[in-house]
Amino acid sequence: MSCTTLFEQVLDPDHRADPYPLFAQLRRQPVCRQADGTYVVSTHAEIARLVADPRISSEDLPDPQKFRWTGHPVTDLLVRPIRAEIRRRHQPFIFRDPPDHDRLRGLVMRAFSPERVRGMREETRQLTDELIDAFAEKSRIDLVDDFSYPLPVTVICKLLGVPPEDEPQFQGWATQLSTALEPNQRSDEATQAKNEQCFTEISAFLRDLIAKKRKAPGDDILSDLATGGDGAEDEPERMNDFDLIATAVLLLVAGHETTVNLITNSVLTLLRRPEHWERLARAPEIAPRLIEEMLRFEPPVQYRTRLAVADIPIQGVTIPKGAPVVLLLASGNRDPARFTDPDRFDPDRPDNRHLGFGGGLHYCVGAPLARIEAEVALVALARRLRNPRLVADPPPYRPGASLRGPRHLCLDLDGVTGA
Amino acid sequence: MSAPLRGAPETILIVGASLAGLAAAHALRAQGYAGALTLVGDEPHLPYDRPPLSKQVLRGQFCDDTTLPRHPDLRAAFRLGTPAQSLDLDARAVTLADGARLRYDRLLIATGTRARPWPNPDEAGLADVFTLRSRDDAARLSARLRAGPRRVILVGGGFIGFEVASTCRDLDIPVTVLVREGAPLSAALGPRLGGWVGGIAREQGVDLRLGAEIERMEAPGGRLAAVLLKDGARIEADVLVAAIGTVRNVAWLDGAGLAADDGGVTCDGYGRVLRANGDIVAEVFAAGDVARWPNPHQDERLVAVEHWGNAQAQARTAARNMLAGPAAGLIRHDHLPDFWSQQFGRTIKLVGLADGADSLAIVHGSLAEGRFVALYGREGRTVAAASVDSARWLPAYAAAIRERAPFPPFEGAVDQPRIRIEEP
Ligand SMILES: Cc1cc2nc3c(=O)[nH]c(=O)nc-3n(C[C@H](O)[C@H](O)[C@H](O)COP(=O)(O)OP(=O)(O)OC[C@H]3O[C@@H](n4cnc5c(N)ncnc54)[C@H](O)[C@@H]3O)c2cc1C
Ligand code: HEM
Repeated sequence: MSCTTLFEQVLDPDHRADPYPLFAQLRRQPVCRQADGTYVVSTHAEIARLVADPRISSEDLPDPQKFRWTGHPVTDLLVRPIRAEIRRRHQPFIFRDPPDHDRLRGLVMRAFSPERVRGMREETRQLTDELIDAFAEKSRIDLVDDFSYPLPVTVICKLLGVPPEDEPQFQGWATQLSTALEPNQRSDEATQAKNEQCFTEISAFLRDLIAKKRKAPGDDILSDLATGGDGAEDEPERMNDFDLIATAVLLLVAGHETTVNLITNSVLTLLRRPEHWERLARAPEIAPRLIEEMLRFEPPVQYRTRLAVADIPIQGVTIPKGAPVVLLLASGNRDPARFTDPDRFDPDRPDNRHLGFGGGLHYCVGAPLARIEAEVALVALARRLRNPRLVADPPPYRPGASLRGPRHLCLDLDGVTGA
Repeated sequence: MSAPLRGAPETILIVGASLAGLAAAHALRAQGYAGALTLVGDEPHLPYDRPPLSKQVLRGQFCDDTTLPRHPDLRAAFRLGTPAQSLDLDARAVTLADGARLRYDRLLIATGTRARPWPNPDEAGLADVFTLRSRDDAARLSARLRAGPRRVILVGGGFIGFEVASTCRDLDIPVTVLVREGAPLSAALGPRLGGWVGGIAREQGVDLRLGAEIERMEAPGGRLAAVLLKDGARIEADVLVAAIGTVRNVAWLDGAGLAADDGGVTCDGYGRVLRANGDIVAEVFAAGDVARWPNPHQDERLVAVEHWGNAQAQARTAARNMLAGPAAGLIRHDHLPDFWSQQFGRTIKLVGLADGADSLAIVHGSLAEGRFVALYGREGRTVAAASVDSARWLPAYAAAIRERAPFPPFEGAVDQPRIRIEEP
């Protein structure tokens, strides 16, 4: 079969449970033009090359927000275009190129310090145990709703410095906004309107919170970003409020559904291979390697989209200026030219340079945090769940093809052991 | 032509127990070679890494032990502290200084280079005159720098000299750098970028003198007191480091009948050495700083590349080809030269060879910001790229150089100013 319609099939929810055979077909032509003019890159070497190529831009991706006429001239002709322009200029840095990207990311990295991230381990452990304690009386749980969802959003709220009483609201916003990160999602008007509403709400909330942090800074990321932090050697640089809000939303959204998927995919993968589940319970020190293999084997972010800003000759093909480019990270992770026996789940794999956190200048900022969260969560689950069994395999998936993960993961249990 | 090789090798000998030698040994084992493996080295040390010697080691940041990691299953015999003295191609044997004669089925010549000694032997023999190539050199120089010299004079405008000068400034030691040319680092970077690095050195307190040559040293009582320059200037200093280039270690090959001279041991594209008459010696290979081969990225000109990355890549290619049977199974050494240097708080990286470039363009950042990528063109093609503190895009330019892309290879990229072509 020609590869020109394969990506359409990847997007088709029918293939959500197991897209990997499609990737194998795509890899026969490492850079393949789709019928709609998009170029899909599916091999490890080519993806690794393009994430470090200045002809690849993360900006000016086709705008998912379509204009809708509300009937109010002031709103339609003045307020919304201005708001859209502001938003366009203050996109979160995942959608920006150097030099702006580097400046904003640099400020975040300073606030996202290793000590601060390590400090989240204990909180994550407590939270994990509380969530598992709540399973004591149940014989069936939904891992997604009862565990994977609440965990990361609570952790990121703590890091950002969102007051505990506002966390439930934050979780709602995070869930809604994650659809905005999903490329190729042909979101209907209702979703778009909800996203916009949600963005307005969260912006207003953050604006207040930032003002409070400026008056009374705490030991949290938002305070550091709002005040310029204390560790700044050079002229304390500060983000303006627009960038600050966009950044806070990015941290919330980028670290949410991704981590949910990592935990859920891991449990699913391990319960399909009980020997690994048992090994993890017995020998928790394998968790870090197991998680790296999970990021290769079932990456929560399956692909990212870019734009070619100049012609790019690669693998006998020229990606023309202006073409959207899909970097199919999940396929690069299964590339037999890079990984021996790529379809085997093998935590002992040496030299596991997966693309689960992307690569190049947009390499995941939250990788250290995600690793801690996943490690704490999986070790506790493997140790404490008694005889967990998958209720449905495959489980139902959420529709997104990029942020791919189960919508529910129902497990039958014989109770839990003590923390 | 020599007779075709028959049978798999059972005895492999590597002369030169350093970066290239060890990399070849690892590669041989990784490919399943199970026979005898011996490394001969004239230094008393197990293979160690040299780049840190002029950087962290001299600065006192690392302990001075830069021994390279060896695989626990390497199963190699090291004969250290004994130089190889001669090579007999017909008998397939190497004789060591202690008289031992080692037979081989395959031989790798990886004897590298040594620091070019100061040309005046009396001056070179002074206790205050140093060169830097080995661990022992670094230990001596480091001890001397720590004793707080009044002023260090560095002779030579190359990377090692500039790294040492930078270290001196880190240690707050006054330093004068004497460069014979009109700009430092110009062989590798061209006068424009070399001059820019020179400016940075000056900003950081280096007394940089261009077009400067030493007439003689003043050393009353055998201790260095000052140098006199040809232009009549006199500079007082109590330490002098000569970083004036390298000499290839080929003396032990005298009389072997190989095409070997000061420019290195000549190989074909597969790493096999050539006899003086041009015939290929199918069972003898060379790799690393000592080797010179037709470089596919330099229009097949014979070049030697004295870089860390090349030593390893070339050693791996040689190992592959040592084990390959018929010529059809040989792979070419087509590594694109790459190099890095750390000095004055910056990291400079270079891919390709800027040598002979006729044009230059800054394609990201700017000299004023101190972070940039510069491209070099020759006859309309892109031949090299250099970066200062912004190596991120280098792989894309490396690919362009490999593909012999036009100069500049592309425009309108992310973070790219309008491209202006200048003199290199
Ligand atoms: C101070 C310093 C800093 C450097 N910094 C960088 C850098 O930043 N980046 C970079 O790319 N490169 C750098 N280099 C260059 C890099 O170290 C060399 O390219 C690399 O060491 C070459 O490895 P090799 O094995 O070919 O040769 P060498 O490392 O020179 O090893 C050759 C070995 O053979 C031995 N030998 C010689 N003759 C005989 C004989 N007759 N018998 C037995 N043994 C013999 C020598 O004593 C030596 O141990 C630096 C070099 C130095 C000295
Ligand atoms: C398992 C969990 C996670 C996975 C699989 C993941 C994956 C990724 C990937 C693939 C990218 C690259 C995007 C691109 O190239 O376009 C990325 C970027 C990013 N991630 Fe994560 N991520 C995870 C968790 C987190 C967490 C917990 C945070 C923060 C709290 C976070 C914050 C970010 C940010 C800010 C970026 C943008 C970086 C930039 O543009 O420079 N991520 N992530």
